[in-house]
Amino acid sequence: MSAVDMNMPILIVDDYKTMLRIIRNLLKQLGFNNVDEAADGSAALQKLRDKSYGLVISDWNMEPMSGLQLLKECRTDNQLQALPFIMITAESKSENVVAAKEAGVNNYIVKPFNAATLKSKLTAVLGAF
Amino acid sequence: MSLPARKDIAEEIADLDDGEGRLDIKAVRNLVDKHMQSAEEDFSAASMKMYSEVEEVAEFITAAKAEIASLRPDEITNEHLPTATDELEAIVGATENATNTILEAMEQLEELAESVDEGVSEKINESVTQVYEACSFQDITGQRIGKVVNALQHVDNKVSALLEAFGDQLQSAGVSRPATPKRADGKVERPDEDLCNGPQLPGNEISQDDIDALMGFD
Repeated sequence: MSAVDMNMPILIVDDYKTMLRIIRNLLKQLGFNNVDEAADGSAALQKLRDKSYGLVISDWNMEPMSGLQLLKECRTDNQLQALPFIMITAESKSENVVAAKEAGVNNYIVKPFNAATLKSKLTAVLGAF
Repeated sequence: MSLPARKDIAEEIADLDDGEGRLDIKAVRNLVDKHMQSAEEDFSAASMKMYSEVEEVAEFITAAKAEIASLRPDEITNEHLPTATDELEAIVGATENATNTILEAMEQLEELAESVDEGVSEKINESVTQVYEACSFQDITGQRIGKVVNALQHVDNKVSALLEAFGDQLQSAGVSRPATPKRADGKVERPDEDLCNGPQLPGNEISQDDIDALMGFD
């Protein structure tokens, strides 16, 4: 039996509606159906403070609050500092990965990505499911 | 004739000394007149040279203004750049609509797959997953086009600054300056601005394996 709660709420954050839809559908295929969406970091932060989530999957380049700013906000918030956080972004420079790691990201996926990569990173962060 | 050095004048004055420390006033006056005449000639030549150079610079600036005016910078900021920006944004909109249609069809196909036998269902879902993965092109291309739009905005700002600087002169050449830029950059400054570069061009990006190594997960 999987130790991962497949019904845990997951927040996906991206300013592209199509990307939100793609990630939601891929998560659904993997068995995660309890998914909420936010279009940028500030909207996501509000949702994270209003409801308890088991995982955040966020884009980086968004306005007005970027994914990195959201991550930093989470890591300085007592209620959110341990929240698993995966960055899925087209930002593919080493300095981005280093900055995200230093800010406390749990994993980093570069776009375009495939379903297998998403599953392997979810497993790395949440455990086998 | 060039201006004499201070030492030369002192020597000339010393030559006028009668040997007992007295100077002939007439000789002094002649000496002063001689040097005043020489100085006037030299100053006049220098002024003429400077005037000629200033005139050349003025002609150059006038010609440059005429060339700038002939480029119709007002048309660039009022028509060409906004049109290019609108067209690029239309491309993003069109690809978004098309991607949503594709995704909707795939979602319906996924539902239908539940009603067929397991082997067929599995193959359908594999194909649907591939389509989902491929549809991320809309995000990537959208971000690339966004970078082009930002570059156009930068050009727009520079041309507007040029119009601001040459405003009156270009207006007299038949070019009107817009009261305010047509497109305002509504971007918000972010502390990680230098890290928001979007997708890299092929060859410049790092792979998922590189990222895993940096994260320490390899």
